[in-house]
Amino acid sequence: MQPNICMASIAPSLFSPEGAVGIIFLVTVAMVVVGAVIATSAKRLVRAVAGLALCFTGVAGIYFFLFSSFLAMMQMLIYVGAVSILIAMAIMLAEPEEKDILGMKGSIFAGPLGMFTGFTVFIGLAVLGYKTGWGCSSNSTVTDIKHMGHLLLTSYSMVFELISIVLLISIIGALVLARKGRN
Amino acid sequence: MQILSIHNCLGTYLVIGAMLFGFGIYGLVARKTIIGMLIASELILAAASMNFMAFSRFLAPDPAIGQIFTLFIMAIAAAEAAIAISIVIAVYRNYKTINTEDLVDLQG
Repeated sequence: MQPNICMASIAPSLFSPEGAVGIIFLVTVAMVVVGAVIATSAKRLVRAVAGLALCFTGVAGIYFFLFSSFLAMMQMLIYVGAVSILIAMAIMLAEPEEKDILGMKGSIFAGPLGMFTGFTVFIGLAVLGYKTGWGCSSNSTVTDIKHMGHLLLTSYSMVFELISIVLLISIIGALVLARKGRN
Repeated sequence: MQILSIHNCLGTYLVIGAMLFGFGIYGLVARKTIIGMLIASELILAAASMNFMAFSRFLAPDPAIGQIFTLFIMAIAAAEAAIAISIVIAVYRNYKTINTEDLVDLQG
């Protein structure tokens, strides 16, 4: 097993177009990291949702780097536009009391143990992903949206229909759950 | 500047996905409110989609397949968020709190 080899062996200079692309990628990664930190450790939940939106914006940028502008657009629409706003609405409807917002859950060990577990999982997965020789067959072409649409309506049409049924059922279920007990 | 070309490397995206997953695990364990745990679970789903996208970009024979799977993950995540938030609203209406330490009626 050879270690993972980066595809681009030549290092671009800082002021070339490739260097600018690299800088934009680093900024995107920083957005993801900062957003994740804010989302998991902000004191107020509204700030956590803002961090989540920032993190998802960064993830959309990374999808753009993975040659899928369509998925980047869907990420912005669904996650940043819908899910984050939905969670913000829920926070407005069910605001926790000031003393309940931060603090360890259950015992005093929950925070440090959670941090330890998350860090261990991160180190393990990162080393596993980086050290494994995955082979090199880079698809360096932008994916055709037309091809994706054909696949969705031919090979994956069953899953496509099922996902729409799941969405319909979840909408009805959410309505029923939120309506019960209301006078 | 070797660091400026790391976006052509599969390992970079896998490390970012692992980092999102670690943050999600930490938030899920340490957060005190249900909505905080929901935010952390969204991070975990984003980590999974990131891995699918990275592998379909670098290794899959047809890169559209991983993207279609990511699209399905997004749909499932949206449905999950809607259901979870309606549960949060119902819980808040009955208990007047979303703190997990107060919701212990089913505890043995």
